[in-house]
Amino acid sequence: MFLLRLVLRNAFRHRLRTVLTVTGLAVAVLAYGMLQTVVNAWYAGAAASSATRLVTRSAISLAVWLPASYETRIRGVDGVKRVARSVWFGGIYQEPKNFFPQFAVSDNYLDLYPEFVLPEAERAAWMRDRKGCLVGRQLADKFGFKVGDVLPIRGTIFPGTWEFVIRGIFDGADSSKVTSHMLFHWDYLNETMRKQKRRTDFTGVYVVGIDDIDNAASIAVAIDSEFRNSLAETLTESEQAFQLGFVAMSDQIIAAIRIVSYVVILIILAVMANTMAMSARERTSEYATLKAIGFGPRFLALLIVGESLLICALGGALGMALTLPAAAFFKKVAAIFPIFSVSSDTLLAQAACALAVALASAVVPAVRAARVRIVDGLRAIA
Amino acid sequence: MAIPFSYVARNLWTRRLTTALTAGGLALVVFVFATVLMLDAGLKRTLVGTGEHDNVIAIRKGAETEIQSGITRIQASVIETHPAIATGPDSRPLVSKETVILISLRKIGAQKPSNIVIRGVSQAGARLRPQVRMVAGRMFSPGASEIIVGGAIARGFENTRIGDKLNFAQRDWTVVGSFDAGSSGFDSEIWGDVDQLMQAFRRTAFSSIVLRLADADRLDAMRADFEADPRLTNELKRERIFYSDQSRALSTFINVLGLTLTTVFSIGAMLGAMITMYAAVSNRVGEIGTLRALGFRRANVLAAFLVESLLLGLVGGVAGLAAAALMQFASFSTTNFQTFADLSFRFVLTPQIAGETLLFSLVMGLVGGFLPALRASRLEIVEALRAA
Repeated sequence: MFLLRLVLRNAFRHRLRTVLTVTGLAVAVLAYGMLQTVVNAWYAGAAASSATRLVTRSAISLAVWLPASYETRIRGVDGVKRVARSVWFGGIYQEPKNFFPQFAVSDNYLDLYPEFVLPEAERAAWMRDRKGCLVGRQLADKFGFKVGDVLPIRGTIFPGTWEFVIRGIFDGADSSKVTSHMLFHWDYLNETMRKQKRRTDFTGVYVVGIDDIDNAASIAVAIDSEFRNSLAETLTESEQAFQLGFVAMSDQIIAAIRIVSYVVILIILAVMANTMAMSARERTSEYATLKAIGFGPRFLALLIVGESLLICALGGALGMALTLPAAAFFKKVAAIFPIFSVSSDTLLAQAACALAVALASAVVPAVRAARVRIVDGLRAIA
Repeated sequence: MAIPFSYVARNLWTRRLTTALTAGGLALVVFVFATVLMLDAGLKRTLVGTGEHDNVIAIRKGAETEIQSGITRIQASVIETHPAIATGPDSRPLVSKETVILISLRKIGAQKPSNIVIRGVSQAGARLRPQVRMVAGRMFSPGASEIIVGGAIARGFENTRIGDKLNFAQRDWTVVGSFDAGSSGFDSEIWGDVDQLMQAFRRTAFSSIVLRLADADRLDAMRADFEADPRLTNELKRERIFYSDQSRALSTFINVLGLTLTTVFSIGAMLGAMITMYAAVSNRVGEIGTLRALGFRRANVLAAFLVESLLLGLVGGVAGLAAAALMQFASFSTTNFQTFADLSFRFVLTPQIAGETLLFSLVMGLVGGFLPALRASRLEIVEALRAA
């Protein structure tokens, strides 16, 4: 008990210094948590993908289209339940910074995605309207889209300005689902291309629904061997692997963010170690006095470690408490990532970092204090 | 009279551990700040350097990149006969009809393939880009399934040495040479014969047409001709502008992310400097009293502590900048969001960046040291002397 009281008194002896250190720690722990959340947000698409879906694309690259005639042949492969077409449209809504994904999809596309919930009436309305489109809830909230709005989109891959009528808004089944995209009829795209006398009857990728997860690998091989040595060879992989392919494209950026999130811990370690070193040095004569009246080196070491732990606990807790509102704020203001939620792993990592900083910065001062000779200590001046 | 500089410098030296820790924290922030700026400078230099001043690129209206664009053969033959185009030594127009396709290649040691630009060029293609030099092997021969690879591809990707074969579009393509494109965007590309590639990929339309103007000022006249011609649905852009536009999204991303981070990090480091400087003041109350009693004014004391904290910032700044300078030996490659293709670029340290970085470190020192210095200057002589 005496130890605890001494730790408490010591920690708040230089009130200003402690407040500054705690603030610094809180900022660093907050920054670390936000960076971890950014990295997690990158993987949101892969985390939300289903194991019962495969994606078949051209073996050359995603930018090369596949013939629409492959659909029946893929459906004929054993274990395949459904096949849907999806074409990346890549249009611009008003200006490039309003980027959101648009896909031209076949009518059965939503059957493959039970995680997107669309009222039956809206789906029927979409089916009736060739120029109709569906938008996700996150997208609708961002731009204030309502059912019935006309959405003009300037094509980059497909020239001209395309007008779509919003016929429905779909929700994610739970909060981890990304609903920031827009879907419209593949037929509309195809017919317009035909009118413009350009290439028709193609798809960007096929989304393949399978009956049994265990057969995923063999089905993928069966699909690819169906088209081997053809004009358009295919590459089939699980939806998750497909999504991770996108993540891998920016892997060096993610690696840089990861490294930087450790740099902030190092920065705060330097600050914290400095605070502890200064405090301990100023108190050298006190430690010698404590030794002189009979306290052992263990007591002194505990005194310093305890103080460091206390300050870091305060800073860490403050930082962690601020992370949740900061993430919510960032999501609202920046809106770069559709999914931006702080995971429990992130909070644990923040706590671990605060603990590591506390221990690392107490080591040198604690050892020094434990070793100080009473005579030298009493003689020392700060 | 000002307090001598040696007094200030010696104070930092006496408290070496504290100085080192505080400057270390500052140095880390400065390092992050400098590398972000260097990365952005490298990206810009790479993409701006990709374009030639009097080269013009024609793409389909509305398309932002070559991948999205398409130019029919009819349009191509109209464009290549325009009188504003310069002629080469063989008295043929300096025009390259090109096709741009993305293929998947695996980076050495990577799990997932990256998208690489394979560019089909006409005979004049290499002449239009004087920065492209063959460094090994030879140019591809027209009419053969041969390709040449850029420097970043040859260094970073599997199966791209001379003599290796890459299989795509139902053919084996032999790598016959590698070129250096002076760290421009072409360094991250593979080149081949446009007719062979169009045939292999069953393409009927070119992606873009690159041409050299006989006179750089004739672009507007050429644009007007294009507008008037109902057969053409193309737009013309100066190559340099076309490529620097492609760096915009990635550059904004790097800048926003990097500068947000450094701002947040600098708060931590400035608090560190402030703690150190407050301690420096409170440990030296007696000294400050003595200095005042000797006749130094409040302003002198304020200046001395500000200089001390600026010096602290400078030490951190120089250390951080030195570490960042080492990053020039590293290169960075990532997918450009706009073109969907892999782009490799270097960290480039310009004098301007070095200046900005040092200024940033001085500002951190100043902000961290201002309040403590103010406190030092406000001490009353008698009380300060009594504290000693």
